[in-house]
Amino acid sequence: MIYLDHAATTPVKPEVLEAMLPYFTEHYGNPSSVYKIAQRNKKAIDDARAVVAGHLGAQPNEIFFTSGGTEADNWAIKGIAAALKEKGNHVITTNIEHHAVLHPCQYLEKQGYEVTYLEVNADGLVSAEQVEAAIRPETILITIMYANNEIGTIMPIAEIGAVAKKHGITFHTDAVQAVGQLPIDVRAQNIDLLSLSGHKFYGPKGTGALYIRRGLKLPPLLHGGGQERSRRAGTENVPGIVGLATALDLAYQDLEAKNAKLKALRDYLIDGIEARIPYCRLNGHREARLPNNVNVSFEFIEGESLLLLLDMEGIAASSGSACTSGSLDPSHVLLALGLPYEQAHGSIRFTLGENNTREEMDVVLAKLPPFVEKLRSMSPLYEDFVRQNS
Amino acid sequence: MYSQKVMECFMNPQNVGEIENADGVGTVGNPKCGDIMKIYLQIEDNIIRDAKFKTFGCGAAIATSAMLTQMIKGKSIEEAMKVTNKAVADALDGLPPVKMHCSCLAEEALKAALWNYAERNGITIEGLTPPANHHEEDHAAAAEEN
Ligand SMILES: Cc1ncc(COP(=O)(O)O)c(C=O)c1O
Ligand SMILES: [Zn+2]
Repeated sequence: MIYLDHAATTPVKPEVLEAMLPYFTEHYGNPSSVYKIAQRNKKAIDDARAVVAGHLGAQPNEIFFTSGGTEADNWAIKGIAAALKEKGNHVITTNIEHHAVLHPCQYLEKQGYEVTYLEVNADGLVSAEQVEAAIRPETILITIMYANNEIGTIMPIAEIGAVAKKHGITFHTDAVQAVGQLPIDVRAQNIDLLSLSGHKFYGPKGTGALYIRRGLKLPPLLHGGGQERSRRAGTENVPGIVGLATALDLAYQDLEAKNAKLKALRDYLIDGIEARIPYCRLNGHREARLPNNVNVSFEFIEGESLLLLLDMEGIAASSGSACTSGSLDPSHVLLALGLPYEQAHGSIRFTLGENNTREEMDVVLAKLPPFVEKLRSMSPLYEDFVRQNS
Repeated sequence: MYSQKVMECFMNPQNVGEIENADGVGTVGNPKCGDIMKIYLQIEDNIIRDAKFKTFGCGAAIATSAMLTQMIKGKSIEEAMKVTNKAVADALDGLPPVKMHCSCLAEEALKAALWNYAERNGITIEGLTPPANHHEEDHAAAAEEN
């Protein structure tokens, strides 16, 4: 199989699994207990916290483990809204956030908050100037993703952080797609809250963390025992936490070399598609994008049918077409770029990983053109296009 | 996700193409919901001699188009009128629930092509109503549920 869906999830690395396994069996103690076998687990969590903090430029007591990216996003957004409701009721975000941010924002709107959804430009980017222009006296939160999960665009986070700091507004970033792939420094970038998720960087699913800047008042998410400094109660997922930290450490090892390799593969695939297939477009800014993201719209065809043909050849990718998601609307991200509906339906996302090779890209580049050709020969839209242009 | 039958029909679809000087042509769906289906009919002595299709859409949409054209070939107009989207879905060993929407298009496209044939020939076909694009409404209804 050629797996090109690393933005959806990644396999757990063998080293990560190995680090986790003892915490299911020998080291089963409850980290809150006083005896030795339990204390060792407490230390494992402390160590993991320090590792995560180290890679973000944070302090260990600013890291709170969660069940994943969705939980961290919900906690940050709904928590700040509740904590600052006396101060204001306005939130600034973008129109291309993941649903883990968009849906909490829509929920807040139902509660009487006002949300500004900044519109990205045709390249899938927002600017710090746009953010600043949207600030009102009652703005309490800016939540803008670090990198987009569909088109891979990287937002100007440091500039947005500077704007937020200048106006004294809390700044949260959903960095689920960035952590493990891009260097991050929460201090230098003026980030107050940051969400991350373990399964995007070869860690286990159902693990994540929220960085909460020291001194920031964020109400507890779960009330119960004293875990996570009483802000996220519940006996810790020790193997998961150990796995997340181990994976993060590995992700940031030789980052530059890995990213250089990924970028070369990414550009090889983009250039190859553009050279071989007419009537296609790359979605998202060509440079300000994650080193592993390729998102292309193929005109006149629908994404799911192309995914099925690729799947028959053992190539796993994903699509922004409605028919893949079970809803009837195509991806809000692609529509936000200004793509017409048929092009939004005809998009494919390839997200590369550490183990992908040039040979695999060659296989994709060999299979793709005849598949696109086949689907176009069945397409009434292509028929109309050809007729109009002949 | 899909039955083997659907995958077969999708991978090797029968009756893809256009019919020159077709006796009836119908197009339904719209780019918004991601499925557009166009059906061409050649009708002689009340019998559907040939049927071809072009579809922009997902695997289910392509498979149902192919299956529908296979099912109506050689049938009289009256018999073809009885081919429902459920019959097409059954012939494909079923479709996932989220895909029933796509399969409705096949029946609608057939009816639109028959309507076109009836109009051209100044005849009425019993039980046939003018093609309305219900798609916009389906769209709104489905969006509500999400
Ligand atoms: C940008 C972004 N935010 C949030 C999430 C949700 O993360 P999780 O699956 O860990 O809940 C994802 C994962 O799909 C994502 O890509
Ligand atoms: Zn469909």
